[in-house]
Amino acid sequence: MANKYVGYFTNGLVKENPTLRLVLGTCPTLAVTTAAINGIGMGLSATLVLVCSNLAISLLRNVIPDKVRIPAFITIIAGFVSVVQMLVKAFLPSIDKALGIYLPLIVVNCIILARAEMFASKNKPLPSILDGLGMGIGFTAVLTLMGAIRELFGAGSLFSFPVTANFISPMIIFLLPPGGFFVFGMLVAASNAIAKKNGKKAVEKMGCENCPAKDSCGQEECVKEETGDE
Amino acid sequence: MNSLTAIASILLAAILTNNMVLSKFLGICPFLGVSKKTNTAFSMSVAVILVMVVATAVTWPIYHLVLAPKYTYLETIVFILVIAAIVQLIEIVLKRYIKPVYNALGIYLPLITTNCAVLGITMLNITNELGFVESLFNALGAGVGFMLAMLLFSGVRERLETADIPEFMKGLPITLVAAALVSLSFLGFAGIGG
Repeated sequence: MANKYVGYFTNGLVKENPTLRLVLGTCPTLAVTTAAINGIGMGLSATLVLVCSNLAISLLRNVIPDKVRIPAFITIIAGFVSVVQMLVKAFLPSIDKALGIYLPLIVVNCIILARAEMFASKNKPLPSILDGLGMGIGFTAVLTLMGAIRELFGAGSLFSFPVTANFISPMIIFLLPPGGFFVFGMLVAASNAIAKKNGKKAVEKMGCENCPAKDSCGQEECVKEETGDE
Repeated sequence: MNSLTAIASILLAAILTNNMVLSKFLGICPFLGVSKKTNTAFSMSVAVILVMVVATAVTWPIYHLVLAPKYTYLETIVFILVIAAIVQLIEIVLKRYIKPVYNALGIYLPLITTNCAVLGITMLNITNELGFVESLFNALGAGVGFMLAMLLFSGVRERLETADIPEFMKGLPITLVAAALVSLSFLGFAGIGG
């Protein structure tokens, strides 16, 4: 019994890591990871929203009519995002400044909608909380790692402490948009290589194609068109 | 004349220097997911441009006439709901009155609700304190910039299909590295119109 609950939690950490295995929520992954601390800030904000929205949706799962579930989920998520936005603004103004517009954009982060649709709307509150927590921490870990790599190469520091800045001149390109795409590409390559060693498949699809909730937001037909079997 | 140059510089900045996808990282999902074929990329972008401009035309007055200054904290929740409603409305209107356009764009419309580029541009217009007309042109420019990035990248990806790539880089990693190079070329526009 206890094992099952541990499974709900660990699922999002490695096996179905939202960023590296499902490749969801790529926008914030690329945009805010110019420093490790921003990665943590973004990751924890998203985790908080994810846990709260999973809990609320799980509690309301028998109340929300099937036909309007997506708008209902989005409204619930938007409510929690507004709460987090105000909390961050009040207590962590520097993080609020660094995350800027990407903080309210958690609303359209597909990880959260995907977990609502795939998990919370079908499971009891406790597993939903654990699932949200696992997914959120998996997301935070990758964001922090990516932020750390970009900060180390791009500014020569780690969590704002100078590391190599004094003897190697920093490569600013890592802090600029191309660096984001490049580091993310390398991380996915590394995660694919590790997955392959463990007998798992590499990530093949990308973007919305991978989203488990794609059927409900109309992506299904889009993917069909894309792969050419019209 | 002065306002014309102002609008031209907004358009130029939105298309090139502040490109939605390549420098602001908004709309990455469709950028990676729907850019395999040029014609699909084109239709998707047209739908995005349409929704962006209409969404801005609706959300800007709502923010400035209804929400500001007291209820600005409702921005997120109101905007996403308005965008969801607009997308539905556009879908219904197109289906009823302009069937050929609906057939071409219809399947992309539901996706656009959760496209962060649309919510992003409506919010950026507010944070950057742009006027109504400026906001509309900014949205138009952002949409065109999205299209430019999609089309350029779909061309790159068609070449990638036949390229000889090391095993571990195949698929998503090489696509991201290619995106890095396209984005690098857009850095060259920094300074224009800014």
